[in-house]
Amino acid sequence: MRPFTYERATDPRAAVAAVSRTGAKFISGGTNLLDLMKLDIEQPSHLVDISRLPLKNIEELPEGGIRIGAQAANSDVAADRRVRTRYPVLSEALVAGASGQLRNMASIGGNLLQRTRCPYFYDTAAACNKRVPGSGCAALDGFNRVHAILGASDACIAVHPSDMAVAMTALEAEIELLGDQGARRVAIDDFYRLPGDTPHIETVLQPGEMITGVILPAPPPGRQGYRKVRDRASYAFALVSVAAVVAAERGTITAARVAFGGVAHKPWRSVEAERILTGQPATMANFRAAAEAAMAQAVGRGHNDFKIELAKRTLCRSLAQLAGELRRQL
Amino acid sequence: MAVSSNDVKMKSAGIGIALTVNGRAHRLELDPRTSLLDALRELLHLTGAKKGCDHGQCGACTVLVNGRRINSCLTLAVMHEDDDIVTIEGLGKPEALHPLQAAFVERDAFQCGYCTPGQICSAIGMLAEARAGWPSHATVDVAAEGTTLTGAEIRERMSGNICRCAAYPNIVAAIRDIVEGVHR
Ligand SMILES: Cc1cc2nc3c(=O)[nH]c(=O)nc-3n(C[C@H](O)[C@H](O)[C@H](O)COP(=O)(O)OP(=O)(O)OC[C@H]3O[C@@H](n4cnc5c(N)ncnc54)[C@H](O)[C@@H]3O)c2cc1C
Ligand code: SF4
Ligand code: FES
Ligand code: FES
Repeated sequence: MRPFTYERATDPRAAVAAVSRTGAKFISGGTNLLDLMKLDIEQPSHLVDISRLPLKNIEELPEGGIRIGAQAANSDVAADRRVRTRYPVLSEALVAGASGQLRNMASIGGNLLQRTRCPYFYDTAAACNKRVPGSGCAALDGFNRVHAILGASDACIAVHPSDMAVAMTALEAEIELLGDQGARRVAIDDFYRLPGDTPHIETVLQPGEMITGVILPAPPPGRQGYRKVRDRASYAFALVSVAAVVAAERGTITAARVAFGGVAHKPWRSVEAERILTGQPATMANFRAAAEAAMAQAVGRGHNDFKIELAKRTLCRSLAQLAGELRRQL
Repeated sequence: MAVSSNDVKMKSAGIGIALTVNGRAHRLELDPRTSLLDALRELLHLTGAKKGCDHGQCGACTVLVNGRRINSCLTLAVMHEDDDIVTIEGLGKPEALHPLQAAFVERDAFQCGYCTPGQICSAIGMLAEARAGWPSHATVDVAAEGTTLTGAEIRERMSGNICRCAAYPNIVAAIRDIVEGVHR
């Protein structure tokens, strides 16, 4: 690991000022940054430790939503009573990710900004536009089994690895940011960028800006669920995942939210699937139609062709489960 | 400056920090790059926590920090000033084993033993999480109150600890013994 200097920030404004130094980076749980620093993929020359900032609280908001501090541990958010009862899709997504030990260290801000698990991004001997802009993409004609089927470009076909962010996308979360120009909020869907020809720029976060919290609006009506498909039953990243929220009245879907993980450079909201479902009977034929619409633009690159059908089936299973739970509730 | 017997110095000296490990305060001067795991093993010579992967993928380095289990390989020692750190050495002694250590011996819950310190520290953290009612990926309804540690729950909650010898059935049995009060 390259040498760096270290300082511990005492308040958010001081942290933002401290990180303005060239080569400086925030460190929170460290579970992604230190992993990448050991491999010489991240090379900060100064670390600003924000893990002790007073941004760990989960507060209720007057309009019925909640605000989660960026420094809250993934495990604390998953276990929070308000999250478990009102946003169970978020709790389920969090406990589907990483391990008990990692969730105790990982922060909400760090989880949002974790970098791709593309094996060529991790291999400093391989060409990778995300790691070294302009060097090419070894995944395009390489072993691309885990790669994107939606929204990719010829510069990069990596996927975003977070489970949590997929649930937050279905919940229409807003990301709260603090920079030297002040505070702002960005909808999570606008926060992440598609790769285009600048895959090294992954979010709209400006240099020096810090994530201070995540705002969840009042929960949408209906049942929520997170379903994750992976190569082993636990402690593995998603091949495909689905966060869904479904409301129904007498067998007819009145509202739906659908977001996919493991398919694109960002959590992939499918308004197409939502549109097909809304107003229709909760039947497998309609779930399948929604899945077809969600994947209409999907493109495989060879090894990852299976993800297109897997994503469709995962959505169908997810919707069937939620619809079943709704029926039993009556 | 006076140097007490607990003081340890690394050649490429950097930051001076105070670390509390197994109830004992240490003053360390270390390169900021030092992981908590390396500080424990190389500077404090507490070699119970193991380095399996150094990347958060195996759990051999699991220790308890302020009562919570974490991977000590993916955190910097300098980030743990004033934290209460407990390693396997702080849990029990050969003549006075921690109940989980006794259960692991009784159930033969290891072969080579490399993953064992991490398994035991992880299990202690896991049991506290379950007592606090935390849900897991094996929990059918995350909104439900309380947790019953079934075999499936134990396996899921311990999935962050890999055992190369695949002693898993006996590890689960040892933890079940504790859950069911066989070892108090
Ligand atoms: C073995 C392993 C398995 C895993 N499995 C999964 C999985 O299945 N699903 C999943 O979703 N994740 C998984 N993860 C990833 C894990 O969730 C992330 O590493 C973790 O969430 C990152 O959070 P952190 O606080 O440790 O971030 P850090 O490593 O501290 O930071 C990550 C990045 O975010 C920046 N940063 C951190 N906080 C802020 C902030 N507040 N404002 C601005 N920038 C910030 C840092 O500068 C850094 O660039 C796994 C990780 C490992 C090691
Ligand atoms: S897919 Fe993206 S991250 Fe992977 S090698 Fe290509 S450019 Fe790099
Ligand atoms: S050595 Fe820390 S998880 Fe493997
Ligand atoms: S006992 Fe050998 S690795 Fe677990």
